[in-house]
Amino acid sequence: MKLFGKSLLELKKLVTQKEVSAPEVSSYFRKRIAKYNGVLNAFLSVVAEDGGLPIGVKDNFCTRGVRTTASAKVLDDFIPPYESTVTDRLKKNQLTVIGKTNMDAWAHGSSTETSDYGPTKNPWDTTRAPGGSSGGSAAAVSAYLAPAAIGSETAGSIRQPASWCGVVGLKPTFGRVSRYGVVAMGSSFDCPGPITATVEDAAFILGLIAGRDRYDATSSPRPVPDYLSSLAERRKLTVGVAEEYFDSVNVEVKAAVEKAVEIFQKLGHRVKKVRLLSPKYSISVYTVLQRAEVSSNLARYDGIRYGGSRAFFAAEAKKRIMLGAYTLSYGYYDAFYKKAQKVRTLIIKNFKEIFNDVDVIISPTAPITALKLGEFEKYPFFGEVMDILNEPAAVAGIPAVNIPCGTDTNGLPIGLQIMGNYFKEETLLSLAYQFEKETEFFGVIKKGIENYKDD
Amino acid sequence: MKIIKTISRHPHGSEDLVSFQIPASAGTTNFMKYIPVIGLEIHVELKTASKMFCQCSADYFAKPPNSNTCPVCLGMPGALPVPNETAVNWTMKIGKALNCQLASLSKFDRKHYFYPDLPKGYQISQYVEPIAVNGYLKLKGKKFRVQRVHLEEDTGKLIHSGKDTLVDFNRSGVPLVEIVTEPDFDNSNDVKEFLQELHTIIKYLDVSDADMEKGSMRLEPNISVRVCHPGLDPGSQKDSLVHENDKLPLPPYKVEVKNINSFNFVKKAIDYEVKRHLEILEKGETPIQETRGFVEADSSTKSQRSKEETHDYRYFPDPDIPPLSFSADYLSATVGSLPELPAAKTNRFIKKFGLKEADAFLLTRDKEVAGYFEKCLTLVKGSRIVEDLPQKLANAILNKRVTLNLGPDKFVQSVVELYKPKATDMEKLDAAVKSVLAKNQSAVEEYKKGKERVIMFLVGQVMREMKGQADPLKVKKELAGKLKR
Repeated sequence: MKLFGKSLLELKKLVTQKEVSAPEVSSYFRKRIAKYNGVLNAFLSVVAEDGGLPIGVKDNFCTRGVRTTASAKVLDDFIPPYESTVTDRLKKNQLTVIGKTNMDAWAHGSSTETSDYGPTKNPWDTTRAPGGSSGGSAAAVSAYLAPAAIGSETAGSIRQPASWCGVVGLKPTFGRVSRYGVVAMGSSFDCPGPITATVEDAAFILGLIAGRDRYDATSSPRPVPDYLSSLAERRKLTVGVAEEYFDSVNVEVKAAVEKAVEIFQKLGHRVKKVRLLSPKYSISVYTVLQRAEVSSNLARYDGIRYGGSRAFFAAEAKKRIMLGAYTLSYGYYDAFYKKAQKVRTLIIKNFKEIFNDVDVIISPTAPITALKLGEFEKYPFFGEVMDILNEPAAVAGIPAVNIPCGTDTNGLPIGLQIMGNYFKEETLLSLAYQFEKETEFFGVIKKGIENYKDD
Repeated sequence: MKIIKTISRHPHGSEDLVSFQIPASAGTTNFMKYIPVIGLEIHVELKTASKMFCQCSADYFAKPPNSNTCPVCLGMPGALPVPNETAVNWTMKIGKALNCQLASLSKFDRKHYFYPDLPKGYQISQYVEPIAVNGYLKLKGKKFRVQRVHLEEDTGKLIHSGKDTLVDFNRSGVPLVEIVTEPDFDNSNDVKEFLQELHTIIKYLDVSDADMEKGSMRLEPNISVRVCHPGLDPGSQKDSLVHENDKLPLPPYKVEVKNINSFNFVKKAIDYEVKRHLEILEKGETPIQETRGFVEADSSTKSQRSKEETHDYRYFPDPDIPPLSFSADYLSATVGSLPELPAAKTNRFIKKFGLKEADAFLLTRDKEVAGYFEKCLTLVKGSRIVEDLPQKLANAILNKRVTLNLGPDKFVQSVVELYKPKATDMEKLDAAVKSVLAKNQSAVEEYKKGKERVIMFLVGQVMREMKGQADPLKVKKELAGKLKR
């Protein structure tokens, strides 16, 4: 049975039809990981457990009995005695964690280079970064070391690596998917979500992991729609395009996204120009709030009950802790945290108003395609700048998806993002699905796995 | 300089250090006046079934160390708090019982500090928007303001053993209510009475064991002494400062005393501290702002840590817990579910049953006892056998003349038996009266000189002669008749 390049749902169908067994599929992917992980460093650990179909999971999701480090040496020997809600729901739906994927340590970064276990390489060009922080998950899907993977986003950590690795990455609405058992980064932003090779797989996985969780007070009680079957509804949408999201975007990226706009028009959607607050405000808001939350969330790693001592914290985490503690300090709270919250409210308001006029907003996912490894060290706020187009949706808590929309002259994938209104994941997915059916993502997915054949 | 101690009499008769006057300078009529300024922080552990933010049992007492824990109360990576609705509701009840305004929107904040018994590096507490604010408690005509009532989580416990320190997280995450008063107290007796009343209220609400020995109720007074300069300070014109406190600047320091596990110790700690502050102030110095621990052995206090390094708790709203909003219906249902509180019950007992104020007060200190009393009364409704039966029942309960182990019906029977008029053998009475009058000529003389109270002594003597088998009223009547002749 030839499994190479099959989507998760295709594999599921083969298993249902008894063409292949789930353990055979797992074993197939373990062989692929053994073969290619040495080069890519996408996985930090591989789980030798058979059950359902395999899925890669970012290493900040607690998995019972399986080492969970968040790529931080502080948690080098941490084996959680409990399961994150996301992995629990995957397991209950016949999916098995095949391995834990590399990431920026504590999810602090946009290149997976801050990992205490070495950077993940971009499968398209191993001298380049895969993006981050869910770089391991994106690279694993891109190189077909797993048919699908789970990532998590604080601001861009799913969409941006999906863009740089040429795969589909969905950041759901804040509260749509439980954060229980996910090593917290910026608690008011964090969203788990799928990274896949097809829109269908993303819709399928979201359907499994979304919904109210009694262990997460911020999870939404809204009923979970059947994302997968709603893909078939070929709804005609009003697509918003905001100039502000094309400032200082690389020309090739810009051209690819503009071409995508034409395709949406061709598919019968109405394209409308809209004015949005400049994404630069989101950088400030996000930087202040996320650092504050980080400084608080990392306070528990004192080395007393588990994990290594605080001496194991690397530079990036230390910087964030210091900055966050500073902005929360007496006398500074009003000037930073409180002000940032006020601007956050304005950004939310801005999106709500725009979504009265349009169903979705599209823009490039990242201003540029994958950078060379090591570039990030040149910029003090590398992540914030690299994620500039992702931050508004993160700050507002709205859903957004990255889909591949072409390649640049270096042969690197370009990503398009579709942002939608609160809890309208099915709208985003519907549009992404129509685009996929029309273009097959310009062959990006197929091209991504070309260098990672079976034999 | 000479200290002149001025003493005020407390309603209950004890003498307090309320104010001291010392001449500010020789040859003038200016006096410096010292007035204690005391505020209270009271922590009460709620006896909910589960902890504040997880499903572990809130009953941690005497359990094997760290057996009552989960990822949430251990602050493990990715674990999230989900607030306990009952704890929120009970905090509202406490707030309402203390005449507070209940918030329609309340939030939890993170309070950061490092300590080995605090697993997350922050305590989930309430800072900006507590559940209840601006209350008061009235005691004997004085009003003591309650600044806030908020909900937080308890910490683990450190156990020092030899060179090691062990941590037990069984208590980590138990719901803890903090009640903060304004610095409205100026003497330790008022503090003690306030705390006793608060304790009674908490017990009435049935929301906590409020057991100070076990630490489910913790008392922390904040003490300082104000120096008033007459003529400069408008507040010093008044003796009663309770309602004027806001107009006066607070002293430039305060001392918090911890490790207090009884009401008497609170009083002792305050008295010790006030005296200590006075001695320092008198030297022209200011006491250090610090936290001190109460030392039971000699009722003193000992410095624990100086507050020079003031904590910056870096409070911010906990992003893991959405703001709590309460509808008007929910709030009024909560208020409606409050039981009759001790003060109201005392008043009702006085008005409805004609009890003496002191007895009504004592009877209502324990909800069970008050309930027992009322149950007894329903059993003898309309009974005319014994005059003033409610008061007699109250006496019987308070003086333990009949055991409370009896069921109310048996208890009532015994009381009625005790107080019902005795059949009196008139012949024997006549003989006894004659004999007593003969034996007590001097008393008879006194009576005749107008000292009529002596008759009660004679009644007692007759009753003794009759071995109690007589109606004292009849005895008195008989004696009076004979004496007139």
